[in-house]
Amino acid sequence: MPLSVYLNVAVGGVLTGLVYGLMALGLSVIFGVVRVVNFAHGEMMTVAMYIAIVMFAWLHLDPLILLVPIAAVLFAFGYALQASLINPFITRPEHSQFLLLVALGIIIANTLLIVFGPDARAVQTAYAYDSFQVGPVIVDAAKIYAGVAAIIVTVALFAFFRLTLLGKAIRACADNHTGALVVGLDVERLYALTFGLGAACVGAAGTMLVLITDATPMVGPGYTLLAFVTVITGGLGSMPGALLGGVLIGVTEAIAGLLFTPSAKSMFAFAILVLVLLFRPQGILGKRLA
Amino acid sequence: MIARLGAGLASCGAIPLAILLAAFLLAPFFVNDYLLTVLILILYFAYAGQAWNIMMGFAGQLSLGHALYVGLGSYVAATLFTRFGIGPWLGLLAAIPIAAACGAVIGYLAFRFGVAGVYFAILTIAFAEFARIGFDHLDYVNASSGLFLPVKQYAHNDLWLLRGDPTMFYYVILAATVFAFGLCRLLLHSRIGYFWLAIREDEPAARATGIDTFRYKMYAVMVSAAVTSFAGVFYAFFYNNLFPEQVFSISRSIEIILGPIIGGIGTLFGPILGAFVLTGLAETLNSAMGAFGYDLPGAKQVFYGVCLLLVVLALPDGVWPPLARRLGLNDDKP
Amino acid sequence: MSALLAVEAVSKRFRGLLAVDRVSFAVPPGAIFAIIGPNGAGKTTLFNIIAGALAANGGSISFAGQSIDGLPPDAVCRRGIARTFQIVRPFPALSVEDNVTVGALLNRREVGAARAHAQDLLRRLDLFDKRHRPAATLTLPDRKRLEVARALATGPQLLLLDEVMAGLRPTETDRMVAILRALNRETGLTILLIEHVMRAVMALASRVLVLDHGVAIAEGAPESVVRDPAVVQSYLGAEAV
Repeated sequence: MPLSVYLNVAVGGVLTGLVYGLMALGLSVIFGVVRVVNFAHGEMMTVAMYIAIVMFAWLHLDPLILLVPIAAVLFAFGYALQASLINPFITRPEHSQFLLLVALGIIIANTLLIVFGPDARAVQTAYAYDSFQVGPVIVDAAKIYAGVAAIIVTVALFAFFRLTLLGKAIRACADNHTGALVVGLDVERLYALTFGLGAACVGAAGTMLVLITDATPMVGPGYTLLAFVTVITGGLGSMPGALLGGVLIGVTEAIAGLLFTPSAKSMFAFAILVLVLLFRPQGILGKRLA
Repeated sequence: MIARLGAGLASCGAIPLAILLAAFLLAPFFVNDYLLTVLILILYFAYAGQAWNIMMGFAGQLSLGHALYVGLGSYVAATLFTRFGIGPWLGLLAAIPIAAACGAVIGYLAFRFGVAGVYFAILTIAFAEFARIGFDHLDYVNASSGLFLPVKQYAHNDLWLLRGDPTMFYYVILAATVFAFGLCRLLLHSRIGYFWLAIREDEPAARATGIDTFRYKMYAVMVSAAVTSFAGVFYAFFYNNLFPEQVFSISRSIEIILGPIIGGIGTLFGPILGAFVLTGLAETLNSAMGAFGYDLPGAKQVFYGVCLLLVVLALPDGVWPPLARRLGLNDDKP
Repeated sequence: MSALLAVEAVSKRFRGLLAVDRVSFAVPPGAIFAIIGPNGAGKTTLFNIIAGALAANGGSISFAGQSIDGLPPDAVCRRGIARTFQIVRPFPALSVEDNVTVGALLNRREVGAARAHAQDLLRRLDLFDKRHRPAATLTLPDRKRLEVARALATGPQLLLLDEVMAGLRPTETDRMVAILRALNRETGLTILLIEHVMRAVMALASRVLVLDHGVAIAEGAPESVVRDPAVVQSYLGAEAV
């Protein structure tokens, strides 16, 4: 196959990967701070996807416009979830927390199934079939918009954590829970805030993902797994790592889909996961675990 | 050995146990076909749940990809039957080492490289998903089109080839469940069982007490995988059709763990009780909804999710421990 | 007389911090040897290195004439060195008896025999009456005794005790001292203990090593070590000397 085809696919993979990266970023933020493994991550993204689809169908609002509102809705949902259900669970054994979120994920996914049925739904925007051409590379307009939006949201998140007082407070919690308490930070509220932020990331990612792919109620677990692979590959505790991991996975998937059958492309994500866990468990940009 | 098996049974009430067993043995004579199928399903999950419990309840390793071993058991036995006419009991002899080997690979990768807790769970999911997609593209087993076992009308039950009416399958799975219960009991009271519990409770302390935790965790994974594979063989020959999408699906893995979690991880009766409660209620829900004319795919799963949620929130040790305390029974080890 | 445990120039560095700096000492068989020193002196780090939980950056350790460098904790235990933890780590959901049985199973195949041995140890450690209770329900002194019992069940030649008296009242301390003395006298068990409670150190130890900031600053009989100016200075400051 000519090089330009690979290039096209790779670029498409990078852009999709940026969206994956944003989704994984949400997971990384939650795990890095609250130390809870959000097994319902993919399902939360599915909710965002469906909201976008429904809003588009009713009000003809482009997903890019819906980005902020949906992120806000997911933020509220995440905040409420952490504050009500998860905060009391912080002291419980790991597998209890995990199963709590597994249960939520099952409930969410299957409720969506009951409401929307199993058929795939998509968003047909006006620019769905447009593309840009840069040199030999032809890229879908939808993917460009999604990728750019992902970068913007990610930069906003970085800025929040680096530059604002609240962001620093959250990082303090992550670094040293007891220390944060001693200094007088309202850790529970900060946790809720963080979970909300993570959920907002996932909401934004989901809104953009409908520009690129279809939604079915059961895609949740697949994306949760993908988010984990991304975070672990890029490095736990590293925000740029999550993005990098996302791009890596996106490109690998795309190329693999080209070389082998598209439906088998997730297998490569798992192969990468196993390799990372074996040879570089802290991920590409992660800090070496003690 | 039998004496040891029987010794502790007195503490958990040998008489009620005997009555229970008798009830199970006589059940097919008193229930209709639909209920029989429900009972088979309950016992299937009781069996698979006990197998999973060996890894999690005893050794503390959370596996969310047990559908892998079920699927392997199913496909190995079914392929040997459809292509070479080899019966399921011989197929089981092939399925067990294959499942154990897979478990060993996962265990080795995880334990040698310090992948524990939640990461271990993710690893198990990844392997199951890998198998699902892999088998979905494997033409040797018909890939996504599904593998079908030939079903003919049989005049009588064929236990060797597992062809026959549901009653035969009922007794097979009942025997398997009783066997699994006995095995779990034996293991729990053996040297290995003590080491597993120590590892589950506090792995570094277990190491300091001289236990080679790597080796014993490997044993747990391999034994659990091997025992689970029979569930796959049974599944293949009972339902007679296999689709990778279904057999290796993560929903299946989660169904397997619901019983033990609801009933009580690490206990002997937990998985069995949990399977009863869960499947019993789920089927009741299904029937009730059917009676009202609703047919909601996914409703059962929502129900499972809610059950899981409630148990995790309110009964962290599962239903069995508080129940046992209430009934004054002493279920040996927690 | 050759030492049971020989620690030679062992060092441990944590990034910028030199926690243990070329510490050497030898524990003769049948002795009760104490390591004391101010907090942060590196005592528990040293223990962790001996027990195999941490790898040293330098030096070597030999036990019963054989090197134990680089052995993982379970292998060290199998060689005959048992340890307790500074913050006790019983198996919480298991009964007291089961906790000790786990230890006893190291050298026994039969659960019945292991349990019998465990019961003997529990009697010695005054825990027999509580043997069916879950370990998590025990008081701190009982948990400490449980941990000692579990360690003893593995049949060690050398017992490492990490601040086993911490948090005990004087009567409980005396009881523990009596138990340890009896074990040492009757079975020849060699004991290496980290201790802050001087009452116990003076009552038990035949030899004392003092660590300060990772360095061995004094070694000898308890009475002389306690009066050593360097030791007094490290504990109380230069003005006190």
